[in-house]
Amino acid sequence: MKNQSLRQRYAIGRIFHLVCVGLTWLGVFVLFILLFHVSREGVAWLDLQFLDSFPSRFPQKAGIKSALLGTVWLISFTATISIPVGVAAAIYLEEYPKRSGISHFIEINIANLAGVPSIVYGILGLVIFVRFMGFGRSIVAGSLTMSLLILPVIIIAAREALRAVPTSIRQSAFALGATHWQTIRSQVLPVALPGILTGVILALSRAVGETAPLIMIGALTYVAFVPEGPMDPFTVLPIQIFNWASRPQDEFHQVAAAGIIVLLVVLLMMNGVAIWIRHWAERRQR
Amino acid sequence: MLDSKLSGFSSAQINKKRFRVGEEIVRGLLFLAAFLSVITTFSIVAVLAQEAATFFSEVSFWDFLSGTKWTPLLEPRSFGVLPLVGGTLLIVVGAALIAIPIGLASAIYLAEYSSDQVRSVVKPILEVLAGIPTVVYGYFALTFITPLLEIVLPSTKIFNAASGSIVVGIMVLPMVASLCDDALRAVPSSLRQAGYALGATQFEVILRVALPAALSGIMASFVLAASRAIGETMAVTLAAGATPNLTFNPLESIQTMTAYIVQVSLGDTPAGTVEYQTIFAVASLLFAMTLSLNIFAQKILNRFREVYD
Repeated sequence: MKNQSLRQRYAIGRIFHLVCVGLTWLGVFVLFILLFHVSREGVAWLDLQFLDSFPSRFPQKAGIKSALLGTVWLISFTATISIPVGVAAAIYLEEYPKRSGISHFIEINIANLAGVPSIVYGILGLVIFVRFMGFGRSIVAGSLTMSLLILPVIIIAAREALRAVPTSIRQSAFALGATHWQTIRSQVLPVALPGILTGVILALSRAVGETAPLIMIGALTYVAFVPEGPMDPFTVLPIQIFNWASRPQDEFHQVAAAGIIVLLVVLLMMNGVAIWIRHWAERRQR
Repeated sequence: MLDSKLSGFSSAQINKKRFRVGEEIVRGLLFLAAFLSVITTFSIVAVLAQEAATFFSEVSFWDFLSGTKWTPLLEPRSFGVLPLVGGTLLIVVGAALIAIPIGLASAIYLAEYSSDQVRSVVKPILEVLAGIPTVVYGYFALTFITPLLEIVLPSTKIFNAASGSIVVGIMVLPMVASLCDDALRAVPSSLRQAGYALGATQFEVILRVALPAALSGIMASFVLAASRAIGETMAVTLAAGATPNLTFNPLESIQTMTAYIVQVSLGDTPAGTVEYQTIFAVASLLFAMTLSLNIFAQKILNRFREVYD
């Protein structure tokens, strides 16, 4: 660098800048290629018949009804289990004084659980929920497995939302004589709620797209009926897509693309709700 | 007089006590919810260890770790896990070649060069990229990237490690970009200004001031990305194939550890057989690898973190 003129040094800088810009937009470009490829392949297969039919040996008759409803069942149960537990854990870790080493130990556990591959959760679910507790290959077993998988995400997001609540709110509640739990329940939680909800929805949308753990617990790849109760076998959108995509015929690949469009629309709607809640909360605060 | 005062005092005491009981119950319940994570961790370890122990009572640990042939479902059986580990590493290295340069470059662009407007466009797009389900990436690899590779390199197999590692790279790219971006933005601007004051150009400030100061975060993001790539399942199951194959040729079909676990669980393997136990042995190895990488990343962050006021 000693022997370089200032002009050379600027030139190197400009080249580096261009490389960074180029590589960044390459990432963006890949996303558009992916979306374009999926919609071009799948859009012709996307119609009411596709949404309202069961899977079939014939690509023309194949549909996504059981997978779509299976996803709705699974996510409803997962939400019911994981939201209370996750938010409760976050409250304990964020609002209560640290009790010796145990809180720290719990935090380390949560951080490590967030990095465990999803398929390992599937094995845990297979052994504990499907076999040991005897839930079989049912929606309940799937939801419990999914709940364990997304709990770290919910806890981390809920803790951030709780941390953003100003301490002064807690202090004023204490000053008026409220107990610890009263303060949390009627002052802290309402303020933190939009942030918690946003995090929860993003965690649930991760559960919508997860495939591997459900394959492990044996969610079926061919389900020609709608689940009627929590103990019924089921399939979900990503598993149905996986099933179609792993067949050799091109027609089934296109049906898979149509399934992907449905899945992406579901995810887009969930993210839309999360963004809307964040936006609404920001406006309310002003 | 004294009596009533005393009784008033004691009833207040009782009230207070009853209140505290409720508080303690709530606290206990909240603690249980938090403690569930510890239970989960121990259940994972216990479940994996139990079946893996049965497996290792039949197959020697050393043969498993050093064997170069993996044919647990066919006679003659052989339980050498190296082909699966090799397949996984092939995917990880390929993914790193994609995700590290592009992710780091995006982070430098977002943190050091771009205006706030560009940032507010690019960041959400990267988040969308991170939110796309892995099975979609698998489909993309199989129906778009592999045909593309076949045009460029005709010796490409239908299932190949290259297209699998390319999509895994795309998948972990947003994580690398976002973590490196955080690390770069945590570097105080006073350091950069000191660099400019000494006559450095913007590029020199980035190269010699910002990047070294953010190094711990950047290295940690690479390690975490590797851990994610090792645990990635659906994309490699769809695109990289199902042939345990100890090769360094990315155009050939391979099988990763995760893909093997999926393959066994898709079939009807009864519990208690050696085939069934292999998935626990492989999953134990997978768990050990990702856990040590995650702990390593945490160590990097703690050990080399530069603390600025």
